[in-house]
Amino acid sequence: MRALSEKILAGGRVTPAEAATLYFEAPLHELGRLAHAVRLRKHPEPVVTFVSDRNINYSNICVCGCRFCAYFRAPGQEGGFLIDREDLGRKIEETLALGGTQILLQGGHHPDLPLSWYEDMLRFIKNYPIHAHAFSPPEIAHFAKLNGLSTAGVIARLKAAGLDSIPGGGAEILVDAVRSRVSPRKCGADEWLRIMEEAHDLGLRTTATMMFGHEEEPAQRLEHLFALRASQDRTGGYTAFIPWTFQPANTAIEARQLTSVEYLRLLAVARIVLDNFDNLQVSWVTMGPKIAQLALFFGGNDFGSTMIEENVVRAAGVSFRLSREEIRRLIKGAGFTPRQRRMDYSLLEEA
Amino acid sequence: MDLRRYERLGLDDVAARVLNGERLNAEDGLRLFDCPDVTAVGELAHHRRTELHGDKVFFVRNRHINYTNVCVNRCTFCAYHRDPGQEGGFTLDARTVLAKLAADAAPPREIHIVGGCHPDLRLEYFEDLLGRLRRTFPEAVLKCFTAVEIAHFATLEGISTREVLTRLQAAGLSMLPGGGAEVFAEDVRAKICPRKIDGTEWLRIHGEAHELGLATNCTLLFGHLESRADRVDHLLRLRAQQDATGGFTCFIPLPFLTENSRLKVDNPLDGLEELRTIAVSRLLLDNVPHVKAYWVMLGVKQAQAALFFGADDFDGTVVEEKIGHMAGADSAQALWRRDIEEMIRGCGLTPVERDTLFREVA
Repeated sequence: MRALSEKILAGGRVTPAEAATLYFEAPLHELGRLAHAVRLRKHPEPVVTFVSDRNINYSNICVCGCRFCAYFRAPGQEGGFLIDREDLGRKIEETLALGGTQILLQGGHHPDLPLSWYEDMLRFIKNYPIHAHAFSPPEIAHFAKLNGLSTAGVIARLKAAGLDSIPGGGAEILVDAVRSRVSPRKCGADEWLRIMEEAHDLGLRTTATMMFGHEEEPAQRLEHLFALRASQDRTGGYTAFIPWTFQPANTAIEARQLTSVEYLRLLAVARIVLDNFDNLQVSWVTMGPKIAQLALFFGGNDFGSTMIEENVVRAAGVSFRLSREEIRRLIKGAGFTPRQRRMDYSLLEEA
Repeated sequence: MDLRRYERLGLDDVAARVLNGERLNAEDGLRLFDCPDVTAVGELAHHRRTELHGDKVFFVRNRHINYTNVCVNRCTFCAYHRDPGQEGGFTLDARTVLAKLAADAAPPREIHIVGGCHPDLRLEYFEDLLGRLRRTFPEAVLKCFTAVEIAHFATLEGISTREVLTRLQAAGLSMLPGGGAEVFAEDVRAKICPRKIDGTEWLRIHGEAHELGLATNCTLLFGHLESRADRVDHLLRLRAQQDATGGFTCFIPLPFLTENSRLKVDNPLDGLEELRTIAVSRLLLDNVPHVKAYWVMLGVKQAQAALFFGADDFDGTVVEEKIGHMAGADSAQALWRRDIEEMIRGCGLTPVERDTLFREVA
C-alpha cells in the first residue's frame, strides 16, 4: 500500500490490480487523501466549478424498458408525453433568464420519430443563444437503427443541425454481462464507447457517466473505469467523469441504497484511475449537499449543475434541490472558490 | 496515517498527542476547528474511534415517545413546542403511550421518552407511566426525561432534583437522555433558551444522576448563535463533569436545523462543519466512550460519513420522532434493523446491536 501510495503521488498510472487493491482494501481516509492529491495536481488553483443548466426531457416514451428506470412510459401507456415547441421555448427562455448557459436535452427511445424531428428540434433550440448538450449514445444508436443510418452519420447530421456536445448518459455499467440484465435493449458497452469516439472524431466533446449499485459486481465498476481510460487514451474527447449511485425507488430492481461511504470510495478510486480525465463531478442530486461537499475532498473538482429542472432522478424518489447561491455557499464552505463554467470547462467571467 | 500531512497543516503536535493518547486542551480544539482540511481532522478522530471500538458500529432497537409538546420554556430555537392552551398542543396519557408501543412489530429494547415542560403533569403521572412500561416491556431499558424536565418536575413538586431522580429510579428509570444541554455558554443560552436551566444546573443534575447509579447521555446543539470557541468550552465542561462523576455513556452532537425555527441564523451549518464538529468532539471528549451519528438530525448519508469522523454509534430504529422532524429534518421516521445492518456493512464496518447501556446483545 505504501509503495502504491508513493507511485500515485508521483503521478504513476495504476494497473487494474492496483486499482482493486485501492478500492477493496485502502482505508477510506487514505483513499480520499490520494484522490485529493491527484485532484490538486490537476487543478492546483483552489477553484470548484459548476454549470448552470436545465435538464429538459423531450419525451418519456421509451421502448427500452430498462429495469432501473422509474421515468419512462411504454408507447401507448398512460402518462407518456412529447414536448411541444411552446413548452421547449419557454423552458429555454427561463433558463437564459436564470443565467443558464446550456440545456441538457434527453429523452426516451421513441418508437417512430424520424431523425428529422430531432434535427428540427435542434434547429429550433439554436434560435436561442444556448449550448445544446443533448442525447446519449443509446439514443444515437436508436436513431441510427430506426433511420437505417450509421451512428457516425447520425452524429454528423445532428451536429449540422446544432448539437454542441453529448452527455455521457446511458453508460450505466460498461460491461455487457451487466447491461444484458438491467438494460437489455440498450446499446452494448463497445457500441457506447465507439459512438462517443465517433463524436470526438467529429469534434464534439462529451462527458462519461456511471450508474452503480444495481446488479453489477463491485469489480465491474473498475472494469468500467478502465474501459473509459482506454477510450480517453484513443480520443481525448471526454471533458469529465460523473458517477452516481442507483436510486432504487419506483424501479424494477430491488437493491439497497448504496451508502455515502461507498460513493466516496468509488469517486476517489475513479479520480486515481482516470488519470487522463481532467474533471470529476460530484453528484449532489443523488448524494445530497452534505456529501457532495465532502466529495470535494475525495476527488471531485466540479459541483455539477444547478439543475434548474431535473425529472429522472426525482421519479426514483430523490428530491434534493439547490439554488445557485447555495451551491456557491457550499463550495466556499469547503474552502474553494466557486466559478461558473461552460460545458467545455472554460470559466465564465465573474459578474 | 501519514504524519507529514499534519506537519504541512501545522498540526503535528496535536496529531502526536492524539496518537500518544494525551489529553487535548481548548487551544488544540480550536486549532482543529480552524484546520482547512476537514478530512485531516476526520482521520485523527477516526483513528481515536478505531482505537476505542475497532470497526464496530453500535445500534439499538429503540422507540421514541414524545409525551407532550406543551412547554412553558418557549426556547427560541424550538419548532416543536406549543404554549399551554395554544392550538396544536398534545399530551399523551399512559394508555396511549402503551398502545403505541404495543402496535410495533417487535418490542423495543430501549424506550426513549422526552417531552415539553408541561405546566400540570405531576410526578405521579410519570411514576405511573414508568411502572406500566416496566411491567409491560420488562426487556426494555427506560431512558427518559432530560435534566431540564427533571428540574421542571422538582419545581412543580417543590422537592429536590435528587428526590425526583430517586422516585423515578424507583419507578423504573435507568437512564437519562442527554438533551437540554444545548450549548452551555451563558450569553448564547440567554438568547436561545432564557427560561431553561443553565449549564451549571444541567451538569449538576447529571452528576447527581451518576451518583445515584443512573447512566446518562450528553449533547451539544450547534450551528445557531454559538461560536466554535463556545463549542469547545461546552465539550470541556462535559469532560470535566465526566472526570468528576463518570456516568456519561454517549455524546450526541446535534446540528441545529434552521428550517422551521423562529431563530434566524446568519451562517447556517454546512455538511463539513457538522463533520468537523463531530470529529473535534471525539478528540476532546477523551473520557466519554461513545459518540453518536444521530441520523435523524444529520440525514442518513451524512450519518454514514460521520462513522469515519469519530462516531461509533448509529442510534437506532427510532420510530416516530417528532422534535427533529418538526424542526425540518427530512430523514425517514424509522429505519429497520436490516436496513441499519446493511448500511453499516456497506460502509465497511461491523454492525453490533446493543442495549441502552451499550452492552452487546446476541
